Parts: sequence; structure tokens; C-alpha cells
Amino acid sequence: MDLSSLLVPVLLSVTAAVGLGRRVNVYDTLVDGAREGLSVSVKILPSLVGLLTAVYMFRASGAMEFLGDLLSPALELVGIPPETAALLFIRPVSGGGALAVGSDLIAQYGPDSYIGRVTAVMLGSTETTFYTIAVYFGSAGIRRTRYAVPAALAADLTGFVAAAFAVRLFFPL
Amino acid sequence: MAMAWVWTGMVVLSLVFGAVNGTMAEVSSAAMEGATAAVELCISMGGILCLWTGIMAIMSKCGLIDALSRLFRPLLRRLLPCACRDRETLNAVSANISCNLLGLGNAATPLGIRAARRMARGSEGVATDELCTLVVLNTASIQLMPTTIAGVRSAYGAAAPFDILPAVWLASALSVTVGLLSARLLSRLFRER
Repeated sequence: MDLSSLLVPVLLSVTAAVGLGRRVNVYDTLVDGAREGLSVSVKILPSLVGLLTAVYMFRASGAMEFLGDLLSPALELVGIPPETAALLFIRPVSGGGALAVGSDLIAQYGPDSYIGRVTAVMLGSTETTFYTIAVYFGSAGIRRTRYAVPAALAADLTGFVAAAFAVRLFFPL
Repeated sequence: MAMAWVWTGMVVLSLVFGAVNGTMAEVSSAAMEGATAAVELCISMGGILCLWTGIMAIMSKCGLIDALSRLFRPLLRRLLPCACRDRETLNAVSANISCNLLGLGNAATPLGIRAARRMARGSEGVATDELCTLVVLNTASIQLMPTTIAGVRSAYGAAAPFDILPAVWLASALSVTVGLLSARLLSRLFRER
């Protein structure tokens, strides 16, 4: 038995037990929370239909491969698999788009493959940067953003390189 | 509006590449497959997503967010010394960071916006160093349990959907560190006036 298979059962039991100890109606809370999760799934479905359609077409046409080949010298230099090229572009712009490109890569190469894992870690360690900047500065009335965009993009780029590095570190081929 | 350009660009490029590479039949059936795959994905990862938001709801009712917020206050006082002199801003930022850690994006954003508005007072539309730091903290993903991704992985048959966690934590930690360091460095290049 490895440690990671302990995580989910332990987390569920501890959360429920601590909740009961604090007089929280854990079951009703769980169900209410799950209902909120359902509305998230329903909310992303329409945009995922639009985005996955475009992503599937893009890959089937050979455009995705062309993009990967075009960038592979630069990407290989920093250790990023060129298959993930499209993900790097769409990640900072659209969360739904990144989910569409990422889930397509995971389906294509398999969730437990090197590329499948790198894709998952990239999605998990970066954010929809431009959207977040627009929301925060927009609502605070900031027009001159100074260095926020380059600093945030430096973090994203690090996230991509580090994702590939971390997968090689924790899952040696 | 940006997505309209991205979407149109992808579809039109697919048409062009389909014509040049002679893959038009594949492009055509891929469009249909993509739409189907979207619905299948939403259904098969919906379970994990629901379970997890439920567990998070219990955790936040147990006071986990308040506990985490208290834990982060000393660190935030160092990162945002001016803003944290204001009690309410400090509360909003620390709750914002805690919600981000737990992956409660819907709860984190309004808290972060409240903090950003308070920090922007008197700045005349120019981002201060501390506002840039707050934004970098929010554009770097620091989520401890990336549940949507675990959902996608399990939908496509991963043996252990959460086995990527240590890799995600390492990549996130490196990314947020570089983000904060480059903000520090760039603040010397971009003077406030």
C-alpha cells in the first residue's frame, strides 16, 4: 500500500469525524456542497462543447502537430514535451479552453503516460492569468498595470517548465 | 471577445490545414466527436467534482478557512506590509489565499476583489507594488487539491487520479516563488511615477 492511496480515505474520514465533533450536520452539508459541484459541471458543459469541438478539429487537421513541430526546438531546450504546445498558449487566456486542450491530451496519450501527467500538472500549477488580471485590476479601477503581466507570465512559464521537471522527478521513466 | 478570436482562429486554421494536408474527412468527423466528448467528460468527472465540493463545504463549516487565514497572516504581513496595516484588508487577503489553497475559486475571487479595491484607494489608476504582488499571488495557482484535473484523469481511467499531487505542489511552489521574485525585480524597472 502506498501513501497516496491513503490520502482520499483518510481525508474523507477525518473531515467527517471533525465535522461531527463540531456539531456540523456533515451529511446535509456534503449533499448541499455536491449540489453546488453539479451546477459547476452544468455551467462548464456548454463552453466545453464549443471548445472541444474546436480542439478536436484542430488536432484532426494536423494543425496541432504543426504547432508542436514548429516549437519543439525551443520547448525541448527547457524540457517541455512539444505535444503540449497548444496548452501553453491557451492556458493564460481561457480556463475552459485549457481544460479542453488538456483533457484531449490526457485522452490521447493516457492519464498515466508522461505527457498525460505533464498536462495534468501544468493545468494544476498555473491559472487563467489574463482573466484574473482583468478581473482584479478592472474592479479596482487600475488602468496602468505596470509589471503585473510580465511577472504573472514569468510565473506561468516557470509552472510549465517545473511541471515537466516534477513529473520526471516523481515518475522516472 | 478574446475567445471569439481564438475559437474562430482554431476552426478556420483547422479548415486550412485540413485542405492542405488532405485531412478534411477527419476534421469533419472530429467536430462531431468533440461535441460528444465534452458531454461525456462533464458526466464522468461530475461525480468527483460534486464529492469534492461537498467535502470542501464540510471543511469550511468546521472553520478550516479561518484557521488557515490565521496561519497565513504573518507571511502576508511581510509580503504586503502597507496593505496589512488595515485590518479589513488583511482579513480579506488571508481569506482569499486560504480559499485559493482549498480550490474554492468562487469564494476566493470576491474576497480578493474586496482587498484589491481597498488597496487601490488613492492610487489614481496606477497599480502599486503591493497590488501587483496580490495579483501575482492570485494568477499563480496554489490549489492544494486540483479536483477538476483529478476528475478528468479519473474520467479517462487513471489508476490513482491524485498521484500527481506532489508534482503539482512542487511545480506550484516554484511558479509562485518565481512570480514573486520577478515582481520584486521588475518593480525596480517600472517606477511608480
